[in-house]
Amino acid sequence: MMSAASLRTMLDDGQPVTKHHPWPRVIVTAELWNALLDGLASSDWTMLGLWGEIGMAHLALYEDSSETIIVASLSCPDGRFPSVGRIHSPAQRLERTMADLIGLQPIGAPDYRPWLDHGCWPVRHPLGAATAPTGMRSPYRFLPAEGESLHQIPVGPVHAGIIEPGHFRFTANGETVVRLEQRLGYVHKGIESLLSGATIDQAARWLGRVSGDSTVAYALAFVRAVEAATKTVVPDRAHWLRALMAELERLANHCGDIGAICNDAAFALMLAHCAVLREKILRASAECFGHRLLMDCIVPGGVIADLSVDGVKTVRALMAELRRDFPPLVELYDNTASLQDRTVNTGFVRPALIKQFGCGGTIGRAGGRAFDARRWPGYPPYDQLTFETPLLTDSDVNARVWLRIHEVQQSLHLIEQILQQLPMGPVYMELNRPGQICEGMALIEGFRGDILVWLRLNADNTVARCHPRDPSWFQWPLLEAAIENNIVADFPICNKSFNGSYSGHDL
Amino acid sequence: MRKLLLQNLLQSPLTIPPPPPSEAALTELAAKINRATQRRLGRSLSIRQVDAGSCNGCELEIHALNNAFYDLERFGFHIVASPRHADVLLVTGPVTVNMKEALERTYAATPDPKWVVAVGDCGRDGGVFAGSYACVGGISAVIPVDLHIPGCPPTPMQLLQGLLALLQAQESR
Ligand code: SF4
Repeated sequence: MMSAASLRTMLDDGQPVTKHHPWPRVIVTAELWNALLDGLASSDWTMLGLWGEIGMAHLALYEDSSETIIVASLSCPDGRFPSVGRIHSPAQRLERTMADLIGLQPIGAPDYRPWLDHGCWPVRHPLGAATAPTGMRSPYRFLPAEGESLHQIPVGPVHAGIIEPGHFRFTANGETVVRLEQRLGYVHKGIESLLSGATIDQAARWLGRVSGDSTVAYALAFVRAVEAATKTVVPDRAHWLRALMAELERLANHCGDIGAICNDAAFALMLAHCAVLREKILRASAECFGHRLLMDCIVPGGVIADLSVDGVKTVRALMAELRRDFPPLVELYDNTASLQDRTVNTGFVRPALIKQFGCGGTIGRAGGRAFDARRWPGYPPYDQLTFETPLLTDSDVNARVWLRIHEVQQSLHLIEQILQQLPMGPVYMELNRPGQICEGMALIEGFRGDILVWLRLNADNTVARCHPRDPSWFQWPLLEAAIENNIVADFPICNKSFNGSYSGHDL
Repeated sequence: MRKLLLQNLLQSPLTIPPPPPSEAALTELAAKINRATQRRLGRSLSIRQVDAGSCNGCELEIHALNNAFYDLERFGFHIVASPRHADVLLVTGPVTVNMKEALERTYAATPDPKWVVAVGDCGRDGGVFAGSYACVGGISAVIPVDLHIPGCPPTPMQLLQGLLALLQAQESR
């Protein structure tokens, strides 16, 4: 283990970038970059993100012991940088993406296969030199799995349900999965390219559609990054209303997920009831803010509409209903042994792997990793609210169900506090226009885990570069590990207990 | 214990909900869909949902059609797992370049007669993603579309209304 202040001390040797908020960004030499990678492998640091732009690679790191977040940037004018994935496997898919989108080459990377680029786009390196594609695309090489009596089951991209597309290649020995290899990228929409050059308002609409189920969390991450960059102080009431929306979104998704996981164990009763709760939450959301999923309700500078007196009543009534209707469902889950027979010990993920990947959200906290961005780095108004961060260690499907149950209870508690303490005042504030290039960053706890948004604004307040990093980046790979030695038939329930975002990942 | 619980739960109004009384519109729709569906297809219409690059917002609302409030199946609509069983493809998203082939193949795998409903603003013309190098933009750029249901995402009510409109359009052909 390195000493507590090591990350900060190491980066003292770098060249700090001014106008990057709220955490520091430093330009590092290749030597320092390599030293950071060694640190990543041997210390308690977590990689929060890895992204690039033409001529530069950015690595966001978090040091647990000193609660430090830092972005290290390596200039790579020749388009090559020392691979992070070589030492730290969670970086591999991100690096393959950097190579696909920007043309940055991770030197020494263990895997050079394309990731999001399936060879069909009309352009190569759309975020980089954007050249015309050349030559024939070669078929994707799946990793070999060799052994006696192994067989392969290819699944997707179109799945048998109302679900996003992705490809899963199972290698099985009879019933037992020996290896799962994912191939994603099917829903890549080119969002990062759209964002470059967009106005802040346009960008906010795209950010709200990176992953529809997390539209509030993404919008919040984006506006907080913008507000950090432009040093805009939004009114208090806006913070509180944003938190209300974020908790409504968390409630709706957790209710939906609890039902859907149980449904994948053929326990449809739970789905039926949870879906009703979810619907009630969406209706209340629409009543209060005008959109069932609360899309575009959080805007740079505040929120789109204030919560009326009737809105407060609506949310209060919703809370009372949930307080009445949710506990019997918890009891039902708790008392249904046949259901737990499917969830207990299924889809176990090693806590060490969760830690290494910096896997957040329900998967992380069901596997012993306590990280919750609402608590740290934290953002208003959570510092004025009391809530627990539920933590479990079993790291199986059952733990992930329970974690969601506990988080529903916490969200109810949070919303009640928000209604009680909601300050009065305006809900919107015009953004500052610094008139110069500035950068901002935010880390927000969505229902799925921590969402990172990093951006640079031009002097005219348009977006120069914006990178949203979905929590799924560090969760999808763990699903490959979770399904190993489980039976093929348990894949749906494992997958649902993860509920990774395809759209958020593919961008 | 569990039996008791189940009984309690089953007796609650949630389990067998009539369309909520406040929703006259929904009830009205229900009657219309019943008559029209029956005229055209007897009692059932199988729907296969295809995500051709959506942000997953549209999927959430399509899911909601199955909850007790909307209870899609009472109208004779049934969501099926394979295009081979489907009468209707319910397609979302701006058709990402990476999903184009899968969408074409899903369409080819659906037996005739078949209808395609493009869901959401993305499904109509690419929506907010129109113009991206990674999106074809609109379902009808790839396969023939019979109906567009706008919205971002369309609400379950709009989806129900759209499915009804599809039936009426087919009738008048
Ligand atoms: S129409 Fe809106 S909700 Fe539907 S996929 Fe497009 S962006 Fe998402």
